[in-house]
Amino acid sequence: MNKQITTQIPNSSPLSISSNSSDRGIIKNGSAKINKEALIEKILALCAGISILAIILITLFIFVRGLPLIFDIGLGDFLFKMEWNPTKDVFGILPMAFGSLGVTFAALLWAVPVGIIAAVFLAEIAPPQVAGIIRNMVELLAGIPSVVYGFFGLIVIVPFIRNFLGGNGLSVLAGAIVLGIMILPTIISISRDSIAAVPQEYKEGSLALGATHYQTIGRVIIPAARSGIITSIILGMGRAIGETMAVVMVTGNSTIIPTSILSPVRTMTSTIVLEMGYASGDHQTALFAIGMILFIFIVALNLVVNLAVKAGKLNGRG
Amino acid sequence: MGAANTKERILNILFWLSALLIVGILIAIIGYVAVKGVSAISWDFIFQAPSRAGKEGGISTTIVGTLYLTLVALVMAVPLGVGTAIYLEEYAEHQSRFAYLVNLTSETLAGIPSIIFGLFGFVFFVIFLNLGWSILSGGMTLAIMVLPTIIRTSQESISSVPVEYRENSLALGASKLQTIRKIIIPSAMPGIITGVILATGRAVGETAAVILTAGSSLGMPILLSDPARTMSVHLYMLAMEGISMERAFGTAFLIIILVIIINYLANLSLRRLSHSLR
Amino acid sequence: MTNAIKLKAQDVKVFYQKYQALYDINMDIQENRVTALIGPSGCGKSTFLRTINRLNELIEGTAIKGQIYLDGKPIYDKDVNVVALRKRVGMVFQKPSVFPMSIYENVAYGPRIHGIQQKSQLDDIVERSLKLANLWGEVSDRLNSPAVRMSGGQQQRLIIARVLAVEPEVILMDEPASALDPISTSKLEELISQLKEHYTIVIVTHNMQQAARVSDYTGFFLNGYLVEFNRTEELFVNPRDKRTEDYITGRFG
Repeated sequence: MNKQITTQIPNSSPLSISSNSSDRGIIKNGSAKINKEALIEKILALCAGISILAIILITLFIFVRGLPLIFDIGLGDFLFKMEWNPTKDVFGILPMAFGSLGVTFAALLWAVPVGIIAAVFLAEIAPPQVAGIIRNMVELLAGIPSVVYGFFGLIVIVPFIRNFLGGNGLSVLAGAIVLGIMILPTIISISRDSIAAVPQEYKEGSLALGATHYQTIGRVIIPAARSGIITSIILGMGRAIGETMAVVMVTGNSTIIPTSILSPVRTMTSTIVLEMGYASGDHQTALFAIGMILFIFIVALNLVVNLAVKAGKLNGRG
Repeated sequence: MGAANTKERILNILFWLSALLIVGILIAIIGYVAVKGVSAISWDFIFQAPSRAGKEGGISTTIVGTLYLTLVALVMAVPLGVGTAIYLEEYAEHQSRFAYLVNLTSETLAGIPSIIFGLFGFVFFVIFLNLGWSILSGGMTLAIMVLPTIIRTSQESISSVPVEYRENSLALGASKLQTIRKIIIPSAMPGIITGVILATGRAVGETAAVILTAGSSLGMPILLSDPARTMSVHLYMLAMEGISMERAFGTAFLIIILVIIINYLANLSLRRLSHSLR
Repeated sequence: MTNAIKLKAQDVKVFYQKYQALYDINMDIQENRVTALIGPSGCGKSTFLRTINRLNELIEGTAIKGQIYLDGKPIYDKDVNVVALRKRVGMVFQKPSVFPMSIYENVAYGPRIHGIQQKSQLDDIVERSLKLANLWGEVSDRLNSPAVRMSGGQQQRLIIARVLAVEPEVILMDEPASALDPISTSKLEELISQLKEHYTIVIVTHNMQQAARVSDYTGFFLNGYLVEFNRTEELFVNPRDKRTEDYITGRFG
């Protein structure tokens, strides 16, 4: 059936959108438009450069502010001296470094197993609706500010420890519990994503050989998700070491090396936030020096993780 | 067979226990704070300024401080972050060294703990640029902190705009800029907004960086140069110094409500807005 | 009867990084005719199509040698405004990709881009373009509804209306019917036959029957070479090259 076009398309109709000249050439006229595009591109590149600028400035200023002390008293002394006494110009961070690592390690000790189990649960066991709800809850937990965790720890966990386990309550244990809760979402989310990304074929292959679901999880899926799980642990560790508010509220902040998990302890981050308010001169420089050490440690940690992830992706592993 | 079965049953219980633990922790924290905090909430609490270092009065100045600081941070971080994302996705060549550096530094920024930002903000904004403890110092510090979040979510959102949209737009004779403005950004909006909401959540809860840059003065912040105290900092002060547990609970409760609302909005924005475009 | 040469390809070569996708393509495309490009997958026909509106340049690492002339003027030249070129040479893609906007806004997108802001003008252009694409009757009462709710065949015609709205002279079509059902396909072919009265059409298709039905001239591509180019009846009934004959009779591809 032949349809006729009822509309004509004259070359220079009044509705024509070509420019007024009848020569519809394609030669560039006016460089204004091109310049505008080039300008926008430069502005956007500048925006992007802010990230680089920020890192440079942060590194610069923290180091400039913190290094002088290290040069003054020597790195070895700073790191390994046992006493931190600003009034006497003694700056040894060993107790608080030990404190930071100790609380972090204790937190990881319980949060990692629980986190991985929860991740497996969410990725493999839970029915979809349950998984969805629990994942939303994990997200919510991730959004609660550290100061609220610290507050909860102070009001609930610390008295609990004091009444049922002994000591002051303000302790390594309290810090480990609160910190662990805080890094759980990190470990759970990243591990879960990693587990969920394991190819279906691995799972089906194992089940087809007669393995049970649990055997498949333990022998095939978790090993396959290994790199993602390790990444989550390292990231969790980074978060824990850098955490300030929650820890300062529940660990007691005594400058002696803790003798048990019920002893109070001070971390590097707590020291900074507690003393910055009144520190000056060498004392303030010392606090920046602590910040410097933390900065180096955590940035190095994150760089390792990032580069490992990128390298892993290049090799074709999820 | 029986032994394996028991073992697997135990494992099953462990799995469900872990889920229960998460639920339990969430309910415990939110529930406890809510129960104890709700009694402190009143119109006075919200609208009256704190007096006697927070022992009496309300927390109005801290609420304003929180909102003001967050606003300043977003006003700076959102254009910078979205601009960066546009540049990385639309203009930079994917293997360029510059793009690689931007991505690397952005991810590094994301991993730096808040206390370090606090130290930096103090020495750079408060001292070096002589801005003092102020909304401006705090806001700019927070802006750098939330920048990676906005860059990442905006980048993901922009890169998931179908390639066909770009092709079709360019084939119609649109310039790159027109395509970005009229097709790509609108399509990427849900993701961008979600990122902004997430950034807001982070800014609202931030404490360590804020204490060292915006100060902890209880006065009502009006100018950008005024110092300010946020609700998070106020909670810290009230609790650590034992000034007023009742008000501490009230503050914590308000913070949690804010976080829940923000979390809800983020979920909503991602789902609803993307639906209306489909 | 031959028409004027609208497009002339001269020794066109295309490289993606080190890989050469097209070798020395020479082709004359006549005005107001339908020229079909056929060949097996990966033979370069789509690549060639995209050299005509310079869309290849979107892909990093693409290099183009040779020249293409539009109305006698070269399009690969540093003085050429690519945006203006793409106004004159429109493209319809394989997957109908309507913008996430209303039907009206989709068609009005092109004119707006090129500076037309007045609503009355846009209304006229939208109506005219939709009529030309044989779509007006079906959608005139719901111009403001989202375009994504249309059927595949309607969407493809909307894409064509969208292209027509910028008043091109040439319309390039890259496998426009491969995502459509048979009825929509035949509607599309009918439309193409109507459109050629006023536009020059170049269509890439893997469907030989379609090429035979719809086109006046056909070019057969193989492995980056233009093996044969002739009037459609000639090529299909009397192929000069054995490879063309093998492809047409289905011995490969």
